[in-house]
Amino acid sequence: MAAEREPPPLGDAKPTDFEELEDGEDLFTSTVSTLESSPSSPEPASLPAEDVSPNSNGPKPAEVVLDDDREDLFAEATEEVSLDSPEREPILSSEPSPAVTPVTPTTLIAPRIESKSMSAPVIFDRSREEIEEEANGDVFDIEIGVSDPEKVGDGMNAYMAYRVTTKTSLSMFSKSEFSVKRRFSDFLGLHSKLASKYLHVGYIVPPAPEKSIVGMTKVKVGKEDSSSTEFVEKRRAALERYLQRTVKHPTLLQDPDLRQFLESSELPRAVNTQALSGAGILRMVNKAADAVNKMTIKMNESDAWFEEKQQQFENLDQQLRKLHASVEALVCHRKELSANTAAFAKSAAMLGNSEDHTALSRALSQLAEVEEKIDQLHQEQAFADFYMFSELLSDYIRLIAAVKGVFDHRMKCWQKWEDAQITLLKKRETEAKMMVANKPDKIQQAKNEIREWEAKVQQGERDFEQISKTIRKEVGRFEKERVKDFKTVIIKYLESLVQTQQQLIKYWEAFLPEAKAIA
Amino acid sequence: MEGRQETGKESKPSSVSVDLQGDSSLQVEISDAVSERDKVKFTVQTKSCLPHFAQTEFSVVRQHEEFIWLHDAYVENEEYAGLIIPPAPPRPDFEASREKLQKLGEGDSSITREEFAKMKQELEAEYLAIFKKTVAMHEVFLQRLAAHPTLRRDHNFFVFLEYGQDLSVRGKNRKELLGGFLRNIVKSADEALITSMSGLKEVDDFFEHERTFLLEYHTRIRDACLRADRVMHSHKCLADDYIPISAALNSLGTQEVNQLKTSFLKLAELFERLRKLEGRVASDEDLKLSDMLRYYMRDSQAAKDLLYRRLRALADYENANKALDKARTRNREVQTAESHQQQCCQRFERLSDSAKQELMDFKSRRVSSFRKNLIELAELELKHAKASTLLLRNTLVVLKGEP
Repeated sequence: MAAEREPPPLGDAKPTDFEELEDGEDLFTSTVSTLESSPSSPEPASLPAEDVSPNSNGPKPAEVVLDDDREDLFAEATEEVSLDSPEREPILSSEPSPAVTPVTPTTLIAPRIESKSMSAPVIFDRSREEIEEEANGDVFDIEIGVSDPEKVGDGMNAYMAYRVTTKTSLSMFSKSEFSVKRRFSDFLGLHSKLASKYLHVGYIVPPAPEKSIVGMTKVKVGKEDSSSTEFVEKRRAALERYLQRTVKHPTLLQDPDLRQFLESSELPRAVNTQALSGAGILRMVNKAADAVNKMTIKMNESDAWFEEKQQQFENLDQQLRKLHASVEALVCHRKELSANTAAFAKSAAMLGNSEDHTALSRALSQLAEVEEKIDQLHQEQAFADFYMFSELLSDYIRLIAAVKGVFDHRMKCWQKWEDAQITLLKKRETEAKMMVANKPDKIQQAKNEIREWEAKVQQGERDFEQISKTIRKEVGRFEKERVKDFKTVIIKYLESLVQTQQQLIKYWEAFLPEAKAIA
Repeated sequence: MEGRQETGKESKPSSVSVDLQGDSSLQVEISDAVSERDKVKFTVQTKSCLPHFAQTEFSVVRQHEEFIWLHDAYVENEEYAGLIIPPAPPRPDFEASREKLQKLGEGDSSITREEFAKMKQELEAEYLAIFKKTVAMHEVFLQRLAAHPTLRRDHNFFVFLEYGQDLSVRGKNRKELLGGFLRNIVKSADEALITSMSGLKEVDDFFEHERTFLLEYHTRIRDACLRADRVMHSHKCLADDYIPISAALNSLGTQEVNQLKTSFLKLAELFERLRKLEGRVASDEDLKLSDMLRYYMRDSQAAKDLLYRRLRALADYENANKALDKARTRNREVQTAESHQQQCCQRFERLSDSAKQELMDFKSRRVSSFRKNLIELAELELKHAKASTLLLRNTLVVLKGEP
C-alpha cells in the first residue's frame, strides 16, 4: 500500500488504487446518497458525498454489479476508519444530530495518517452507526413476510415459489410496499452472497434455513399429505425468520444484493447453491480444509475478551442443543397425546352408543366430544411448542455457528498477519545475505520485496484490528438481539400455554353439568 | 423394594366404591400391605358381629393367589350360578416399574444429579401408585363379596377371612393355567353351539336385549379402556419431558450473565411445577377413567359369564324336555326323565330370576360409578387447569415486568 494516498477527488491516486476506490466510491455513493434521501438519516451525509464522489454520478441504481474485488475494497475502506476509530468514535456517537461539516472528520484524521483519508468510508461508517443508533431506538421501519407457497412445475424439476412481501418506509426502496416471488435456492443464493462479502470481515450474517433433500423430494413428487404440507409450512416460517433477521442487521440492510432480492421481479438463478453442484462440492472441501486449519492455528490471544466470549458461546451452544433435544421430545409426545386422545374420543363415542342407560349414554357422548376438542387443543399446542420454542432454539444454534465462524475468520486473519511477518523476516534475511554476497541486482529485488511485505504486514495488522473491532460490535448487537428475541418468544409461548389451559377450563366446565345430570 | 400402605377409608384411590347398604354386620378392609420381592402380602381385617365368627375383630395375612382361589371357588360353585361373581383382582405387576427404576439406576451419565433425583422420585411415585391400586382392587373384591347377601355367607369366604394359617394355595402351575385357558375356549365354543341350536328360543325379551347389549358393550369398553391407558401414558411422558427441559433451562440460567438469567431461571421453575401438575392430570385420568373402564370391563365379562350359565341351563332344560318326550314315546324311564326335566326347569327359572336381579344391579352400579367418576374427573381437570393458568399467569407477570 502506498504510504501516500490521496483522496480520489484530487484524482492523483495510483491507477490501480484509484480504480478500486472508484468502485468503492460508487458503492459508497449509492449507499450514502440513498441515506441522504432517506428521511431517517441525517443530512450532513449529503455534503461529503458530493465532494467525495469522483464521478459524481449521484445515486446509483440498486443494481450494482458486485464482484470479488469488493472484498479487498472493504478491507481498504475500513482500513481508513480503523486508524481513527478510538478517537473518532466517541466524538461521533456523542453527536446525535450529525451537524458535522465534511471538514471536521478530515482534520481529525489528517494528523494521524500520512495520507489524507477518504471521507467516504468515514461517512459510510458514521451513517451506519447512526442507523444503528436509530436501530437501538427501533426505528427500523421494514417488515418482511413470506407467504403463499406455490408449487411450480412438475416432477423432479418442480419447486416451491414463495411470495416475499416487503412493507417499508425507508426510502432506499423504490416503493413502500411490494412483493416478489422467490424460490428456496434464491434465498440460499442471497445468503451465499452476503456471507462471502461480510463474514470474513467479522459480521455475523444470519444463516439461511437448511436444505432438506428428503423433504423437498416428497413435495416434488407431489405427495399431498400432512407431512409435506407441514414441511412446506416449516420452511416458509424459517425463510420468513431468516429474512427478518437479515434486515434487522444495519449493515446488511444496506447491501444492494439484499435490496435486489427484495425488490427486483427477476433474479438470476443461483445455481451454485445446489448441494451436488461443483460449487457445492468445493464448499464442502473448503469446509473440511477450514476445520483442519482451525486445529493447527495456535493463536496468541492478546485480548482476553475474545477468549472469554468464545468460551461463552461454546457453552451456550451446548446448552441450547440440550434444551432443543428435550423440546423436540416434548413436541413428539404432545403429538402422540393428541393422536391418542382422538382415538379415545372415538371409542368413548362408541361406548356411549352402546350404553343403554339414556343419561349415561348422553354423558359419554359429551365426553367424547370434549376429548375431541381437547385433541385439537393438543395439536395446536404442539405447533406452538414447535414453531415458537423449538425453532427459536434451532435458529440460535445455527446463528451461534455463524458467530463461531466469525471468530474463526479472525483467527485466520491473525494467521495471515503472522505469516506476513514471518515472510518479511525471511526477506530481510535474504537481503542481508545478498548484501554479504554483494549482488547488487539481487539486493534491489530483495529491497523491493521487503517493501512489499512491510506493506502486507501493516495491512495484516490493520485487517486484524478491524475484524476484532467489528466482531466486538457485532457480538454486542447479537447479544442484545438475542435477549430481545428470547424474551419475546418466551412470553408468546407462555401465552399459548395459558390459552390452552383456558380452553381446557371451558370444555370441562361445559361437561360437568352433563356428568351431574346422570340419574 | 418395600412398600407399606395404610389404607384409611378416605385415602382410597379406588374408582369403584362399594355401597355396604348400611349393613355393618360384616366389614372387610385391607388395613395394611407389604410389597416384598416377588409378592405382596395383604392384611385383611374383618369387623363383624355375625355369630359365625369367633371374634368380632380379627385379621389375617393373604397373598394374591389366595384371592384367586377364593374367586375360583365361587365360580365353580353351582349355588352361585345365577349370580354375577365379582371379578378377581388382577395380579400385582410391578415388573414395568421395576425395570424402569433399574434402567435409571444403570445410569445415563448425561443427566445431572438433580434430573436423576427427579426421575427417581417420579418412578418411585409411579411404583407407589401401582401398589395402591393393587391394594384397592383386592379390597374392592372382598368388599363386594361382603356386601352381597348371598355371597357373603359362603363358607370359603369365612375361611378366607378367618383362618389364621396359610391356606396352602399355590399359584396355578402351567398345566392348570393351560387348563383354565382351554376351559375358556370350550366355554365360548359351547356358547356358540348353544346359540345356534335350533329350537332354542330366548323366551325373555329382557335377556335377549341384555345379551346383545353386553356383547357389544364389553368389546367397546375394552377398547375404550385400552385407549384411555394410552392417553394416560402419553400424558405421563409429557410430564416427564419437562424434567430435562427444566434442567436445561436451569443451567442456561446459571450460565447467562445478562438479562436472560432471570427469565431462564423463572422458566425452569415454571416447568418444574407444570410437570407436577401434568403428572397429577395423568394420574387422575388413570384413576377416574382408565381404572373405572377397566373394572367395568371385567364386571361386564362376569355378567356375560352369568348369561352364559343361564343359557347353558336353558339348553339343559331344552335337552331335558326332548329327553322327556323321547322317554314318553318309548314309555321307558319316564319317571327319571320327568324328575330330571323338573330339575332343569327349576334350575333354569332360578337362574333366570336371580340373573335378572343381578343384571339390574349391575346396571345401576355401573351408572352410579360412571357418574361419580366422571364428575370427579371433570372437577379434577378443572382444578388442575385453573392451577396451571394461575402458575403461568404469575410467571408471565414476572417476565413481562423485567426490563
